[in-house]
Amino acid sequence: MQPVTFSVFRGIPDQDGDPFGKMVEYTIDLDEGMVVLDAIHTIQAEFAPDLACRWNCKAGKCGSCSAEVNGKSRLMCMTRMDDILEETPEGEPVVIRPMQTFPLIRDLVSDTTWAYQTDRRIEPISGSEKVDWEYYQHEADRIQEFRSCIECMLCVNTCHVMREHQKFDEFAGPRFFVRLASLEMHPLDTKSRIPEIKEDFGIDYCNITGCCSAVCPAGINIRENAIIPLKERVVSEFYDPIAIIGKKLGLRS
Amino acid sequence: MDENYTTHEYDVVVIGAGGAGLRAAIEASSSGVSVAIISKSMLGKAHTVMAEGGAAAALANKDERDSWKTHFRDTMKGGKYLNDWRMARIHAQQAPDRIRELEQWGAVFDRTPKGLTSQRNFGGHTYPRLAHIGDATGLELIRTLQQRGIHMGMDVFMEFTVRKLFKKDGKVIGCFSYSRNDGSFHVFKAKSIILATGGATRCWEVCSGSWEYTGEGFALAYWAGAQMGDMEFIQFHPTGMIWPKSVKGILVTEGVRGEGGMLRNSEGERFMFQYVPEMYKDEFADTEKEALEWVDEVISGKLATKRRPPELLTRDVVAKAINSERDAGRASEHGGAYLDISWRDEEEVKKKLPGMYHQFKELAAVDITKERMEVGPTAHYVMGGVKVDHETQETCIKGLFAAGEAATGLHGANRLGGNSLSDLIVFGKIAGEHASTSSKHINQFEEIPEDEISEVIAETLEPLDRKEGENPAAVVSDLRTMMQNKVGIIRTKSQLEEALKELDDLELRSETVFGGSGKSYNPGWHQSLEIKAMIDVSRMCTLAALKREESRGGHTRDDFPSPDHARWGKVNSVISMNEKGEMEIQFESYPPIPEDLKILLDSDDLHEEE
Repeated sequence: MQPVTFSVFRGIPDQDGDPFGKMVEYTIDLDEGMVVLDAIHTIQAEFAPDLACRWNCKAGKCGSCSAEVNGKSRLMCMTRMDDILEETPEGEPVVIRPMQTFPLIRDLVSDTTWAYQTDRRIEPISGSEKVDWEYYQHEADRIQEFRSCIECMLCVNTCHVMREHQKFDEFAGPRFFVRLASLEMHPLDTKSRIPEIKEDFGIDYCNITGCCSAVCPAGINIRENAIIPLKERVVSEFYDPIAIIGKKLGLRS
Repeated sequence: MDENYTTHEYDVVVIGAGGAGLRAAIEASSSGVSVAIISKSMLGKAHTVMAEGGAAAALANKDERDSWKTHFRDTMKGGKYLNDWRMARIHAQQAPDRIRELEQWGAVFDRTPKGLTSQRNFGGHTYPRLAHIGDATGLELIRTLQQRGIHMGMDVFMEFTVRKLFKKDGKVIGCFSYSRNDGSFHVFKAKSIILATGGATRCWEVCSGSWEYTGEGFALAYWAGAQMGDMEFIQFHPTGMIWPKSVKGILVTEGVRGEGGMLRNSEGERFMFQYVPEMYKDEFADTEKEALEWVDEVISGKLATKRRPPELLTRDVVAKAINSERDAGRASEHGGAYLDISWRDEEEVKKKLPGMYHQFKELAAVDITKERMEVGPTAHYVMGGVKVDHETQETCIKGLFAAGEAATGLHGANRLGGNSLSDLIVFGKIAGEHASTSSKHINQFEEIPEDEISEVIAETLEPLDRKEGENPAAVVSDLRTMMQNKVGIIRTKSQLEEALKELDDLELRSETVFGGSGKSYNPGWHQSLEIKAMIDVSRMCTLAALKREESRGGHTRDDFPSPDHARWGKVNSVISMNEKGEMEIQFESYPPIPEDLKILLDSDDLHEEE
């Protein structure tokens, strides 16, 4: 049992939708093996039952408890307090804020409605009517990596196209390039998705800094395995001179 | 008092957006009716996402000997024959088509060498039967349904809690809900309502469920006058994490044992060989050698000719065995058992059980490819639930349907692993279809009486108006500890009677809690509103457990340690509210099993002579 102080954002949006609130300090005793989410639950049970925080599975499977702990985008349920104490300077509190890229609802809860609207813009899989689809594990492997996304939105929170430039309308963000890659690379999906990936979802905005891959709690290599291959496909479709001549000659539709 | 509310009208309202709710909403939407789906969490975060091992369906992709008949037989045997055999038949027959359909909707299951959906072994299933993707099958299922659902035209109400069902002349006409997000009130007029609200395992201290699992669906149905069946049967999954304390209860998939994981006690003994029940004696290995040979056959992709390791017995049996080993002083360091998969190839473990690898590495600093895990029982599933018609999923209240864990019937006294995900999609579809058909026979929405709306709004606002009181978390914590100690895996008359009294005391305390006064995203307020449901569901479970004086499946009485086939073998408990508003229990039986199905079952198990 070791007393640790947390500095937690408490607040609501003001009239313009900007966060309005303050950092509040709480000191609790830590127990062995605790994660950050346990600390939040302890604060709720001992001091502040109305501290707003999303969570569900507490095992890194649902992607609900995304927040910024000591300035880094993380799932609170999979971040051990041992590790946090090691990185927190002596005498300083552990700082917990909501994701900063999304609008605030209250305290640690962000409004991620954008994600659901973007998801709706992506056309679903279109494949054979015949049941018992046949494809092999090595083909499945590639998309199963993308399917392991838990939609925590930490990648979007970290992506500077979103965080600094707020391109929510023009850019699908790393989460949805992962989704688009899972469709584009599905062995039995028949739809060509490259034009919309360029035009509607704005993949060109990404300059592959890889911040998304670095924060992904599911370990998806978003940059190398999803975004770069999609960018390559965009290049061959739109910028490859031979393909363009071919198109002009009517050799390719 | 702020009594403003918004009124919505939908042909079909689905409460719950896990696997069953989404599948139901997809089915209803596809028939052209207007559909609202109301979800306590964000879309795609419901409890289904936590399912790991797989969805059971007799596709026979891995073992051609499998068929719906064997799946039916395994389900009935695992349920100790208290299942509604009609639902067990429908489930076994329709599950393969529901899985194939998911694949066409974008689910990417692991493949067989021939390129078909692969299937894994699980407890109580005779053949490898669970379609899976590593150990994250629930995520795949919910994401697939979510991605299908959002293009079907349904309206999604996220982070909304339903507090009441409205009825008129014995028929459901709508529900009342509030937004957890901004505290606004919403009245939904509906022609049909589907409860797909999952279970209530949050009533126990050690559980695999999230905050959502507070049993409000059960309570809504009960308060509205529906019948609740089999509420004594609670599944304690044998393998939850037990250390460190903060992760206690988090699920460790049965897939570990399906992939060859061995259970050992503190003396290093592989103790499950001592716990094979008579009814399973012929199907399970009786030596470690035979068990290992079975694993070798399965890993190398051959059809199994050996008998299965006893770790793959049904969950009720394995959970009680771990409990007995602990009571005999042979527990692991932190009071459970050791589960060991480290003898298998490291890369295979990481490929087949990636979630478990990360979960233990990150939460317990244990590398499961090199070290053994420590596991113990965790409250996981409610076999009981709302009684439904086997063909339509309609409850005894007209227009009110239930599916998934919220309903009862399929699983009897004990659910087989993998039968839950398939339950969701089979009966979710059926509920969606019939709720939609039923709504088409109704021309107009009924008016919801203003006084009923005012009453529920007042009740909902009450905790906010108190200004001071006990933290609701303390009441919930005491409730969960009490249920764990007195209505846990092993039960006895005196403790069950004490539990009923303590629930009365907890109810009084719950009426004075205060969780903070803001309406915007206030978890203290939300929790204050959940306790009533948790208490009533705990009461149902305790009452049914007190009355069933035998041990069977997910109900074990210390004072009646054996099954009593003659008295209890064919009766199911039914709880409902009487005219005075009191909880009442009765007993009913399903119709006799017809001969053509009976020949599929093991005749010795049926105890027809008794």
